[in-house]
Amino acid sequence: MRHEVRRLILLLLPAGIFFAAFFLLPMARLFFIGGSGKTGWAAYVAILTDANYLGSLVSTLGVATATTVATLIISGISGVFLQRHKFPGNGTLVAMLTFPLAFPGVVIGFMVIMLAGRQGLIGQVTQALTGEKLVFAYTMSGLFMGYVYFSIPRTILTVMAAAEKLDPKLEEAARSLGASPWRVALDVILPGLKPAFISAGAICFATAVGAFGTAFTLAARINVLPMVIYTEFTLSANIAMAAALSFVLGIVTWLVLAVARTAAGSTVAAAG
Amino acid sequence: MKHRGLFYLQLGFTLLVSAFLIVPVVLSIMAGLTVNYFVGIESGLTLRWVFEVWNGYRDTIFLSIGLSLACLAVTLILGVPTAYVLAKRQNALTRAIEELLVMPVAVPGLATALALIVTYGSLSGFRTSWAFILVGHVLFTLPFMVRSVLAVLSAIDLKTLEEGAASLGAGFWPRFRDIVLPNCRAGILAGSLMVVTLSMGEFNMTWLLHTPLTKTLPVGLADAYASLRLEVGSAYTLVFFLMIMPLLLALQAFANPRPAKFVAEETE
Repeated sequence: MRHEVRRLILLLLPAGIFFAAFFLLPMARLFFIGGSGKTGWAAYVAILTDANYLGSLVSTLGVATATTVATLIISGISGVFLQRHKFPGNGTLVAMLTFPLAFPGVVIGFMVIMLAGRQGLIGQVTQALTGEKLVFAYTMSGLFMGYVYFSIPRTILTVMAAAEKLDPKLEEAARSLGASPWRVALDVILPGLKPAFISAGAICFATAVGAFGTAFTLAARINVLPMVIYTEFTLSANIAMAAALSFVLGIVTWLVLAVARTAAGSTVAAAG
Repeated sequence: MKHRGLFYLQLGFTLLVSAFLIVPVVLSIMAGLTVNYFVGIESGLTLRWVFEVWNGYRDTIFLSIGLSLACLAVTLILGVPTAYVLAKRQNALTRAIEELLVMPVAVPGLATALALIVTYGSLSGFRTSWAFILVGHVLFTLPFMVRSVLAVLSAIDLKTLEEGAASLGAGFWPRFRDIVLPNCRAGILAGSLMVVTLSMGEFNMTWLLHTPLTKTLPVGLADAYASLRLEVGSAYTLVFFLMIMPLLLALQAFANPRPAKFVAEETE
Protein backbone atom coordinates (compact mmCIF):
# COMPACT_ATOMS: atom_id res chain seq x y z
CA MET A 1 0.00 0.00 0.00
CA ARG A 2 2.70 2.45 1.04
CA HIS A 3 4.59 1.30 -2.03
CA GLU A 4 1.67 2.15 -4.28
CA VAL A 5 1.25 5.63 -2.82
CA ARG A 6 4.90 6.31 -3.45
CA ARG A 7 4.50 5.21 -7.06
CA LEU A 8 1.46 7.45 -7.58
CA ILE A 9 3.39 10.42 -6.20
CA LEU A 10 6.25 9.57 -8.51
CA LEU A 11 3.88 9.54 -11.48
CA LEU A 12 2.52 12.96 -10.53
CA LEU A 13 5.96 14.41 -10.03
CA PRO A 14 6.85 15.48 -13.61
CA ALA A 15 3.60 17.39 -14.10
CA GLY A 16 3.85 18.76 -10.56
CA ILE A 17 7.35 20.12 -11.02
CA PHE A 18 6.48 21.64 -14.38
CA PHE A 19 3.36 23.24 -13.00
CA ALA A 20 5.03 24.61 -9.89
CA ALA A 21 7.99 26.01 -11.81
CA PHE A 22 6.09 27.52 -14.71
CA PHE A 23 2.74 28.49 -13.25
CA LEU A 24 2.61 28.74 -9.46
CA LEU A 25 5.99 30.39 -9.03
CA PRO A 26 5.51 32.89 -11.91
CA MET A 27 2.01 33.76 -10.68
CA ALA A 28 3.33 34.43 -7.18
CA ARG A 29 6.05 36.58 -8.66
CA LEU A 30 3.49 38.46 -10.76
CA PHE A 31 1.56 39.16 -7.58
CA PHE A 32 4.58 40.68 -5.82
CA ILE A 33 5.70 42.66 -8.86
CA GLY A 34 2.19 44.11 -8.99
CA GLY A 35 2.88 45.68 -5.60
CA SER A 36 6.40 46.87 -6.38
CA GLY A 37 5.66 49.86 -8.60
CA LYS A 38 5.63 53.59 -7.83
CA THR A 39 2.32 53.33 -6.01
CA GLY A 40 3.14 50.10 -4.17
CA TRP A 41 0.27 47.83 -3.22
CA ALA A 42 -2.16 50.63 -4.13
CA ALA A 43 -1.76 49.37 -7.72
CA TYR A 44 -4.20 46.60 -6.82
CA VAL A 45 -6.96 49.08 -5.97
CA ALA A 46 -6.09 51.47 -8.82
CA ILE A 47 -8.43 49.44 -11.00
CA LEU A 48 -11.26 50.82 -8.85
CA THR A 49 -9.86 54.23 -7.90
CA ASP A 50 -8.28 55.39 -11.17
CA ALA A 51 -10.98 56.71 -13.51
CA ASN A 52 -9.25 55.39 -16.64
CA TYR A 53 -8.82 51.84 -15.38
CA LEU A 54 -12.29 51.82 -13.87
CA GLY A 55 -13.69 52.99 -17.21
CA SER A 56 -12.05 50.15 -19.10
CA LEU A 57 -13.09 47.67 -16.40
CA VAL A 58 -16.71 48.81 -16.82
CA SER A 59 -16.60 48.57 -20.61
CA THR A 60 -14.89 45.16 -20.42
CA LEU A 61 -17.58 43.80 -18.10
CA GLY A 62 -20.24 45.48 -20.26
CA VAL A 63 -19.14 43.91 -23.51
CA ALA A 64 -18.70 40.54 -21.76
CA THR A 65 -22.23 40.68 -20.33
CA ALA A 66 -23.75 41.68 -23.67
CA THR A 67 -21.82 38.87 -25.37
CA THR A 68 -23.03 36.31 -22.86
CA VAL A 69 -26.69 37.33 -23.14
CA ALA A 70 -26.68 37.49 -26.94
CA THR A 71 -24.81 34.20 -27.32
CA LEU A 72 -27.10 32.33 -24.92
CA ILE A 73 -30.24 33.56 -26.70
CA ILE A 74 -28.92 32.75 -30.18
CA SER A 75 -27.40 29.39 -29.27
CA GLY A 76 -30.39 28.48 -27.09
CA ILE A 77 -32.83 28.91 -29.96
CA SER A 78 -30.71 27.26 -32.65
CA GLY A 79 -29.27 24.55 -30.41
CA VAL A 80 -32.64 23.28 -29.17
CA PHE A 81 -34.09 23.56 -32.67
CA LEU A 82 -31.31 21.48 -34.25
CA GLN A 83 -31.49 18.88 -31.50
CA ARG A 84 -35.29 18.53 -31.72
CA HIS A 85 -35.87 18.55 -35.46
CA LYS A 86 -33.95 16.13 -37.58
CA PHE A 87 -34.38 17.13 -41.21
CA PRO A 88 -32.21 16.76 -44.30
CA GLY A 89 -29.39 19.27 -43.99
CA ASN A 90 -29.43 19.23 -40.20
CA GLY A 91 -25.93 17.77 -40.06
CA THR A 92 -24.63 20.37 -42.50
CA LEU A 93 -26.06 23.19 -40.39
CA VAL A 94 -24.46 21.78 -37.24
CA ALA A 95 -21.14 21.46 -39.06
CA MET A 96 -21.38 25.08 -40.26
CA LEU A 97 -22.28 26.37 -36.82
CA THR A 98 -19.38 24.58 -35.15
CA PHE A 99 -16.78 25.16 -37.88
CA PRO A 100 -15.26 28.30 -36.27
CA LEU A 101 -14.68 26.39 -33.01
CA ALA A 102 -10.91 26.45 -33.26
CA PHE A 103 -10.42 29.93 -34.74
CA PRO A 104 -7.99 31.98 -32.67
CA GLY A 105 -9.03 35.48 -31.61
CA VAL A 106 -6.96 37.16 -34.33
CA VAL A 107 -8.78 35.25 -37.06
CA ILE A 108 -12.14 36.12 -35.45
CA GLY A 109 -11.08 39.76 -35.59
CA PHE A 110 -10.36 39.38 -39.29
CA MET A 111 -13.77 37.79 -39.85
CA VAL A 112 -15.35 40.88 -38.25
CA ILE A 113 -13.30 43.07 -40.60
CA MET A 114 -14.55 41.00 -43.54
CA LEU A 115 -18.12 41.73 -42.46
CA ALA A 116 -18.03 45.20 -40.97
CA GLY A 117 -14.66 46.64 -41.93
CA ARG A 118 -13.79 49.36 -44.45
CA GLN A 119 -14.04 46.94 -47.38
CA GLY A 120 -16.57 44.75 -45.61
CA LEU A 121 -19.82 43.24 -46.80
CA ILE A 122 -22.06 45.29 -44.52
CA GLY A 123 -20.40 48.49 -45.74
CA GLN A 124 -20.96 47.56 -49.39
CA VAL A 125 -24.57 46.55 -48.84
CA THR A 126 -25.46 49.67 -46.85
CA GLN A 127 -23.73 51.87 -49.40
CA ALA A 128 -25.76 50.32 -52.20
CA LEU A 129 -28.99 50.67 -50.23
CA THR A 130 -28.67 54.01 -48.49
CA GLY A 131 -25.63 55.62 -50.04
CA GLU A 132 -23.93 55.64 -46.66
CA LYS A 133 -21.27 53.14 -45.71
CA LEU A 134 -21.80 51.44 -42.33
CA VAL A 135 -18.42 50.52 -40.82
CA PHE A 136 -18.26 49.45 -37.18
CA ALA A 137 -15.57 46.75 -37.04
CA TYR A 138 -13.05 48.94 -35.25
CA THR A 139 -15.31 49.89 -32.34
CA MET A 140 -16.82 48.24 -29.28
CA SER A 141 -19.70 46.97 -31.47
CA GLY A 142 -17.18 45.20 -33.68
CA LEU A 143 -15.59 43.61 -30.63
CA PHE A 144 -19.03 42.53 -29.39
CA MET A 145 -19.74 40.97 -32.77
CA GLY A 146 -16.41 39.13 -32.69
CA TYR A 147 -16.98 37.71 -29.22
CA VAL A 148 -20.46 36.51 -30.17
CA TYR A 149 -18.97 34.91 -33.29
CA PHE A 150 -16.34 33.23 -31.13
CA SER A 151 -18.80 32.00 -28.49
CA ILE A 152 -21.63 30.62 -30.66
CA PRO A 153 -19.95 27.35 -31.76
CA ARG A 154 -18.98 26.11 -28.30
CA THR A 155 -22.24 27.26 -26.71
CA ILE A 156 -24.37 25.54 -29.35
CA LEU A 157 -22.50 22.29 -28.70
CA THR A 158 -23.17 22.57 -24.95
CA VAL A 159 -26.85 23.41 -25.48
CA MET A 160 -27.32 20.54 -27.93
CA ALA A 161 -25.72 18.05 -25.57
CA ALA A 162 -27.98 19.24 -22.73
CA ALA A 163 -31.13 19.30 -24.90
CA GLU A 164 -30.48 15.70 -25.87
CA LYS A 165 -30.82 14.67 -22.24
CA LEU A 166 -34.12 16.51 -21.67
CA ASP A 167 -37.12 14.22 -21.30
CA PRO A 168 -39.53 14.87 -24.21
CA LYS A 169 -42.32 13.35 -22.09
CA LEU A 170 -42.33 16.43 -19.87
CA GLU A 171 -42.97 18.66 -22.87
CA GLU A 172 -45.68 16.34 -24.16
CA ALA A 173 -47.35 16.43 -20.78
CA ALA A 174 -47.22 20.22 -20.71
CA ARG A 175 -48.63 20.41 -24.22
CA SER A 176 -51.42 17.94 -23.50
CA LEU A 177 -52.38 20.12 -20.55
CA GLY A 178 -52.84 22.97 -23.00
CA ALA A 179 -49.57 24.89 -22.68
CA SER A 180 -48.58 27.04 -25.67
CA PRO A 181 -45.19 26.41 -27.33
CA TRP A 182 -44.00 29.62 -25.69
CA ARG A 183 -45.01 28.44 -22.21
CA VAL A 184 -43.44 25.02 -22.84
CA ALA A 185 -40.17 26.68 -23.76
CA LEU A 186 -40.30 28.97 -20.75
CA ASP A 187 -41.50 26.51 -18.09
CA VAL A 188 -40.12 23.17 -19.24
CA ILE A 189 -37.21 23.51 -21.67
CA LEU A 190 -35.48 26.53 -20.14
CA PRO A 191 -35.32 25.18 -16.56
CA GLY A 192 -33.99 21.89 -17.93
CA LEU A 193 -31.24 23.69 -19.77
CA LYS A 194 -30.30 25.92 -16.84
CA PRO A 195 -27.10 24.08 -15.81
CA ALA A 196 -25.87 24.11 -19.42
CA PHE A 197 -26.72 27.80 -19.71
CA ILE A 198 -24.83 28.63 -16.52
CA SER A 199 -21.68 26.77 -17.51
CA ALA A 200 -21.70 27.90 -21.16
CA GLY A 201 -22.53 31.47 -20.10
CA ALA A 202 -19.63 31.54 -17.64
CA ILE A 203 -17.25 30.43 -20.36
CA CYS A 204 -18.55 33.14 -22.74
CA PHE A 205 -18.16 35.73 -20.03
CA ALA A 206 -14.68 34.69 -18.91
CA THR A 207 -13.39 34.45 -22.47
CA ALA A 208 -14.79 37.87 -23.37
CA VAL A 209 -13.18 39.40 -20.27
CA GLY A 210 -9.75 37.89 -20.83
CA ALA A 211 -9.43 37.60 -24.61
CA PHE A 212 -6.90 39.73 -26.37
CA GLY A 213 -6.49 38.60 -29.98
CA THR A 214 -9.77 39.93 -31.35
CA ALA A 215 -9.37 43.39 -29.82
CA PHE A 216 -5.76 43.44 -30.98
CA THR A 217 -6.73 42.78 -34.61
CA LEU A 218 -9.57 45.30 -34.57
CA ALA A 219 -7.11 47.74 -33.01
CA ALA A 220 -6.35 50.88 -31.15
CA ARG A 221 -9.48 52.65 -30.09
CA ILE A 222 -11.04 49.76 -28.18
CA ASN A 223 -10.66 50.42 -24.49
CA VAL A 224 -10.93 47.01 -22.81
CA LEU A 225 -8.81 45.73 -19.94
CA PRO A 226 -6.60 43.27 -21.86
CA MET A 227 -5.69 46.07 -24.29
CA VAL A 228 -4.90 48.38 -21.37
CA ILE A 229 -2.63 45.74 -19.83
CA TYR A 230 -0.86 45.26 -23.12
CA THR A 231 -0.35 49.01 -23.55
CA GLU A 232 0.91 49.44 -19.98
CA PHE A 233 3.40 46.65 -20.53
CA THR A 234 4.74 47.52 -23.97
CA LEU A 235 4.27 51.25 -24.55
CA SER A 236 4.48 52.66 -21.03
CA ALA A 237 6.82 49.92 -19.75
CA ASN A 238 4.80 50.12 -16.55
CA ILE A 239 5.36 46.50 -15.65
CA ALA A 240 4.08 46.75 -12.08
CA MET A 241 0.73 48.16 -13.18
CA ALA A 242 0.42 45.60 -15.99
CA ALA A 243 1.16 42.85 -13.46
CA ALA A 244 -1.40 44.13 -10.96
CA LEU A 245 -4.09 44.55 -13.60
CA SER A 246 -3.54 41.13 -15.13
CA PHE A 247 -3.50 39.49 -11.72
CA VAL A 248 -6.87 41.08 -10.93
CA LEU A 249 -8.18 40.07 -14.36
CA GLY A 250 -7.06 36.49 -13.72
CA ILE A 251 -8.83 36.41 -10.36
CA VAL A 252 -12.04 37.74 -11.93
CA THR A 253 -12.18 35.12 -14.71
CA TRP A 254 -11.18 32.32 -12.38
CA LEU A 255 -13.87 33.32 -9.86
CA VAL A 256 -16.58 33.53 -12.53
CA LEU A 257 -15.75 30.01 -13.67
CA ALA A 258 -15.45 28.64 -10.14
CA VAL A 259 -18.81 30.10 -9.08
CA ALA A 260 -20.46 28.79 -12.23
CA ARG A 261 -19.00 25.36 -11.59
CA THR A 262 -20.54 25.15 -8.13
CA ALA A 263 -23.83 26.56 -9.45
CA ALA A 264 -24.05 24.23 -12.42
CA GLY A 265 -22.58 21.23 -10.67
CA SER A 266 -20.54 20.29 -13.71
CA THR A 267 -17.08 20.89 -15.03
CA VAL A 268 -16.47 24.25 -16.61
CA ALA A 269 -13.38 25.49 -18.36
CA ALA A 270 -12.81 28.33 -20.75
CA ALA A 271 -11.10 27.70 -24.03
CA GLY A 272 -9.35 29.69 -26.73
CA MET B 1 -50.64 22.60 -38.21
CA LYS B 2 -49.94 26.05 -36.85
CA HIS B 3 -46.63 24.76 -35.46
CA ARG B 4 -45.29 24.59 -39.01
CA GLY B 5 -44.89 28.36 -38.88
CA LEU B 6 -42.83 28.13 -35.72
CA PHE B 7 -40.63 25.50 -37.34
CA TYR B 8 -39.87 27.73 -40.32
CA LEU B 9 -39.27 30.71 -38.06
CA GLN B 10 -36.64 28.77 -36.12
CA LEU B 11 -35.17 27.33 -39.30
CA GLY B 12 -34.88 30.81 -40.78
CA PHE B 13 -33.20 32.08 -37.64
CA THR B 14 -30.73 29.19 -37.60
CA LEU B 15 -29.91 29.74 -41.27
CA LEU B 16 -29.19 33.38 -40.50
CA VAL B 17 -26.86 32.42 -37.67
CA SER B 18 -25.01 29.97 -39.91
CA ALA B 19 -24.69 32.69 -42.55
CA PHE B 20 -23.21 35.02 -39.93
CA LEU B 21 -20.53 32.42 -39.17
CA ILE B 22 -19.82 31.15 -42.67
CA VAL B 23 -20.16 34.21 -44.94
CA PRO B 24 -17.02 35.94 -43.61
CA VAL B 25 -15.07 32.68 -44.02
CA VAL B 26 -16.17 32.47 -47.67
CA LEU B 27 -15.45 36.17 -48.23
CA SER B 28 -11.98 35.78 -46.79
CA ILE B 29 -11.21 32.73 -48.94
CA MET B 30 -12.39 34.65 -52.00
CA ALA B 31 -10.37 37.70 -51.09
CA GLY B 32 -7.26 35.56 -50.76
CA LEU B 33 -7.68 34.33 -54.32
CA THR B 34 -8.77 37.50 -56.17
CA VAL B 35 -6.40 39.88 -57.89
CA ASN B 36 -8.05 42.93 -56.35
CA TYR B 37 -10.75 42.42 -53.74
CA PHE B 38 -11.84 46.05 -53.89
CA VAL B 39 -12.67 45.70 -57.59
CA GLY B 40 -14.18 42.28 -57.00
CA ILE B 41 -13.97 38.82 -58.47
CA GLU B 42 -14.05 40.36 -62.02
CA SER B 43 -10.44 41.37 -61.52
CA GLY B 44 -9.60 37.69 -61.87
CA LEU B 45 -8.38 34.81 -59.74
CA THR B 46 -4.79 34.38 -58.70
CA LEU B 47 -2.52 32.35 -56.44
CA ARG B 48 -0.13 35.29 -56.22
CA TRP B 49 -1.11 36.18 -52.65
CA VAL B 50 -0.80 32.60 -51.47
CA PHE B 51 2.73 32.46 -52.89
CA GLU B 52 3.54 35.78 -51.28
CA VAL B 53 2.47 34.34 -47.92
CA TRP B 54 4.46 31.18 -48.55
CA ASN B 55 7.59 33.18 -49.32
CA GLY B 56 7.23 35.65 -46.49
CA TYR B 57 5.74 33.56 -43.73
CA ARG B 58 6.73 29.96 -44.43
CA ASP B 59 8.80 29.87 -41.24
CA THR B 60 5.81 30.66 -39.06
CA ILE B 61 3.97 27.67 -40.50
CA PHE B 62 6.84 25.29 -39.80
CA LEU B 63 7.39 26.72 -36.33
CA SER B 64 3.72 26.26 -35.47
CA ILE B 65 3.71 22.67 -36.68
CA GLY B 66 6.89 21.87 -34.77
CA LEU B 67 5.66 23.65 -31.69
CA SER B 68 2.31 21.86 -31.65
CA LEU B 69 4.00 18.46 -32.03
CA ALA B 70 6.48 19.24 -29.25
CA CYS B 71 3.55 20.41 -27.14
CA LEU B 72 1.78 17.14 -27.86
CA ALA B 73 4.83 15.11 -26.78
CA VAL B 74 5.17 17.03 -23.51
CA THR B 75 1.46 16.91 -22.67
CA LEU B 76 1.46 13.15 -23.31
CA ILE B 77 4.43 12.59 -20.99
CA LEU B 78 3.05 14.85 -18.26
CA GLY B 79 -0.67 14.37 -18.79
CA VAL B 80 -1.26 10.63 -19.14
CA PRO B 81 0.41 9.67 -15.83
CA THR B 82 -1.42 12.55 -14.13
CA ALA B 83 -4.77 11.37 -15.47
CA TYR B 84 -3.95 7.85 -14.27
CA VAL B 85 -3.27 9.05 -10.74
CA LEU B 86 -6.41 11.21 -10.72
CA ALA B 87 -8.46 8.23 -11.88
CA LYS B 88 -6.89 5.90 -9.29
CA ARG B 89 -7.52 8.15 -6.31
CA GLN B 90 -10.63 10.26 -6.30
CA ASN B 91 -10.50 12.33 -3.16
CA ALA B 92 -10.30 15.95 -2.07
CA LEU B 93 -6.59 16.15 -2.82
CA THR B 94 -6.81 14.88 -6.39
CA ARG B 95 -9.82 17.11 -7.02
CA ALA B 96 -7.76 20.06 -5.83
CA ILE B 97 -4.94 19.02 -8.17
CA GLU B 98 -7.36 18.86 -11.08
CA GLU B 99 -8.71 22.28 -10.14
CA LEU B 100 -5.20 23.72 -10.08
CA LEU B 101 -4.30 22.21 -13.44
CA VAL B 102 -7.26 23.94 -15.10
CA MET B 103 -6.22 27.37 -13.81
CA PRO B 104 -4.04 28.31 -16.81
CA VAL B 105 -7.14 27.86 -18.98
CA ALA B 106 -9.31 29.98 -16.69
CA VAL B 107 -6.74 32.74 -16.23
CA PRO B 108 -6.28 34.96 -19.33
CA GLY B 109 -3.27 34.01 -21.44
CA LEU B 110 -2.02 37.57 -21.14
CA ALA B 111 -1.61 37.16 -17.36
CA THR B 112 0.16 33.80 -17.66
CA ALA B 113 2.51 35.19 -20.31
CA LEU B 114 3.36 38.23 -18.19
CA ALA B 115 4.02 35.97 -15.21
CA LEU B 116 6.41 33.86 -17.27
CA ILE B 117 8.19 36.94 -18.61
CA VAL B 118 8.74 38.56 -15.21
CA THR B 119 10.03 35.27 -13.81
CA TYR B 120 12.14 33.84 -16.63
CA GLY B 121 12.53 36.79 -19.01
CA SER B 122 16.07 37.47 -17.83
CA LEU B 123 17.31 34.01 -18.87
CA SER B 124 18.00 35.27 -22.34
CA GLY B 125 18.88 31.92 -23.89
CA PHE B 126 15.51 30.57 -22.77
CA ARG B 127 13.58 33.77 -23.44
CA THR B 128 14.58 33.91 -27.08
CA SER B 129 14.11 30.23 -27.86
CA TRP B 130 10.91 28.58 -28.99
CA ALA B 131 10.98 26.54 -25.77
CA PHE B 132 9.69 29.66 -24.01
CA ILE B 133 6.53 29.58 -26.13
CA LEU B 134 6.32 25.82 -25.68
CA VAL B 135 6.09 26.23 -21.91
CA GLY B 136 3.09 28.53 -22.31
CA HIS B 137 1.37 26.20 -24.75
CA VAL B 138 1.89 23.19 -22.48
CA LEU B 139 0.36 25.03 -19.51
CA PHE B 140 -2.65 25.94 -21.61
CA THR B 141 -3.22 22.55 -23.28
CA LEU B 142 -2.28 20.13 -20.48
CA PRO B 143 -5.73 20.24 -18.81
CA PHE B 144 -7.37 19.18 -22.07
CA MET B 145 -5.16 16.10 -22.33
CA VAL B 146 -5.67 15.21 -18.66
CA ARG B 147 -9.44 15.73 -18.90
CA SER B 148 -9.98 13.59 -21.94
CA VAL B 149 -7.79 10.70 -20.73
CA LEU B 150 -9.39 10.94 -17.29
CA ALA B 151 -12.88 10.78 -18.85
CA VAL B 152 -12.05 7.45 -20.47
CA LEU B 153 -10.24 6.03 -17.45
CA SER B 154 -13.15 6.91 -15.16
CA ALA B 155 -15.57 5.09 -17.46
CA ILE B 156 -13.77 1.75 -17.29
CA ASP B 157 -13.26 -0.49 -14.29
CA LEU B 158 -9.57 0.19 -13.95
CA LYS B 159 -9.30 -1.42 -10.52
CA THR B 160 -10.62 -4.83 -11.58
CA LEU B 161 -8.53 -4.83 -14.73
CA GLU B 162 -5.35 -4.01 -12.85
CA GLU B 163 -6.06 -6.48 -10.05
CA GLY B 164 -6.65 -9.18 -12.64
CA ALA B 165 -3.34 -8.48 -14.30
CA ALA B 166 -1.54 -8.19 -10.96
CA SER B 167 -2.94 -11.53 -9.78
CA LEU B 168 -1.42 -13.06 -12.90
CA GLY B 169 1.92 -11.64 -11.81
CA ALA B 170 2.18 -8.51 -13.95
CA GLY B 171 4.27 -5.78 -12.35
CA PHE B 172 3.36 -2.11 -12.50
CA TRP B 173 5.05 -1.14 -15.76
CA PRO B 174 3.73 -4.11 -17.78
CA ARG B 175 0.28 -3.32 -16.37
CA PHE B 176 0.58 0.34 -17.29
CA ARG B 177 1.83 -0.46 -20.78
CA ASP B 178 -0.46 -3.39 -21.61
CA ILE B 179 -3.64 -2.59 -19.69
CA VAL B 180 -3.89 1.12 -18.91
CA LEU B 181 -2.49 2.66 -22.09
CA PRO B 182 -4.44 0.52 -24.60
CA ASN B 183 -7.63 1.17 -22.64
CA CYS B 184 -7.32 4.94 -22.75
CA ARG B 185 -6.42 5.06 -26.45
CA ALA B 186 -9.64 6.88 -27.37
CA GLY B 187 -9.02 9.52 -24.72
CA ILE B 188 -5.41 9.96 -25.78
CA LEU B 189 -6.48 10.41 -29.39
CA ALA B 190 -9.17 12.98 -28.59
CA GLY B 191 -6.83 14.80 -26.21
CA SER B 192 -4.01 14.82 -28.76
CA LEU B 193 -6.17 16.35 -31.48
CA MET B 194 -7.37 18.98 -29.04
CA VAL B 195 -3.82 19.80 -27.91
CA VAL B 196 -2.48 20.17 -31.45
CA THR B 197 -5.46 22.28 -32.58
CA LEU B 198 -5.23 24.60 -29.57
CA SER B 199 -1.47 24.95 -29.78
CA MET B 200 -1.70 25.77 -33.48
CA GLY B 201 -4.15 28.62 -32.83
CA GLU B 202 -2.86 29.99 -29.52
CA PHE B 203 -2.34 33.75 -29.67
CA ASN B 204 -3.12 35.40 -26.32
CA MET B 205 0.06 34.12 -24.68
CA THR B 206 2.19 33.68 -27.75
CA TRP B 207 1.97 37.34 -28.73
CA LEU B 208 3.87 38.29 -25.58
CA LEU B 209 6.13 35.23 -25.46
CA HIS B 210 7.38 35.39 -29.06
CA THR B 211 10.48 37.15 -30.34
CA PRO B 212 11.12 38.34 -33.92
CA LEU B 213 12.83 35.01 -34.57
CA THR B 214 10.13 32.85 -32.99
CA LYS B 215 6.95 33.90 -34.78
CA THR B 216 4.15 31.37 -34.85
CA LEU B 217 1.38 31.21 -37.42
CA PRO B 218 -1.18 33.25 -35.44
CA VAL B 219 1.50 35.83 -34.64
CA GLY B 220 2.27 36.06 -38.36
CA LEU B 221 -1.45 36.42 -39.04
CA ALA B 222 -1.73 39.36 -36.64
CA ASP B 223 1.31 40.89 -38.35
CA ALA B 224 -0.17 40.45 -41.80
CA TYR B 225 -3.57 41.84 -40.78
CA ALA B 226 -1.95 44.93 -39.35
CA SER B 227 0.52 45.76 -42.07
CA LEU B 228 -0.27 44.07 -45.37
CA ARG B 229 -3.09 44.43 -47.88
CA LEU B 230 -6.36 42.65 -47.30
CA GLU B 231 -5.68 40.06 -50.03
CA VAL B 232 -2.46 38.89 -48.35
CA GLY B 233 -4.12 38.69 -44.94
CA SER B 234 -6.89 36.64 -46.55
CA ALA B 235 -4.50 34.32 -48.33
CA TYR B 236 -2.67 33.76 -45.05
CA THR B 237 -5.98 32.99 -43.34
CA LEU B 238 -6.71 30.54 -46.14
CA VAL B 239 -3.44 28.74 -45.39
CA PHE B 240 -4.43 28.61 -41.73
CA PHE B 241 -7.85 27.14 -42.63
CA LEU B 242 -6.20 24.47 -44.76
CA MET B 243 -3.95 23.48 -41.88
CA ILE B 244 -6.62 23.45 -39.22
CA MET B 245 -9.39 21.82 -41.27
CA PRO B 246 -8.14 18.20 -41.15
CA LEU B 247 -7.63 18.56 -37.39
CA LEU B 248 -11.16 19.86 -36.94
CA LEU B 249 -12.69 17.10 -39.03
CA ALA B 250 -10.76 14.48 -37.08
CA LEU B 251 -11.79 16.15 -33.84
CA GLN B 252 -15.47 16.02 -34.80
CA ALA B 253 -15.10 12.34 -35.65
CA PHE B 254 -13.27 11.32 -32.49
CA ALA B 255 -14.23 14.01 -30.01
CA ASN B 256 -16.52 11.83 -27.94
CA PRO B 257 -14.23 9.26 -26.39
CA ARG B 258 -16.41 6.22 -25.86
CA PRO B 259 -15.63 3.82 -23.06
CA ALA B 260 -12.98 1.47 -24.35
CA LYS B 261 -13.80 -2.05 -25.45
CA PHE B 262 -13.30 -3.88 -22.21
CA VAL B 263 -15.62 -2.78 -19.44
CA ALA B 264 -15.82 -5.09 -16.47
CA GLU B 265 -19.39 -6.17 -15.88
CA GLU B 266 -19.90 -4.74 -12.43
CA THR B 267 -19.56 -1.16 -13.60
CA GLU B 268 -22.79 0.81 -13.12
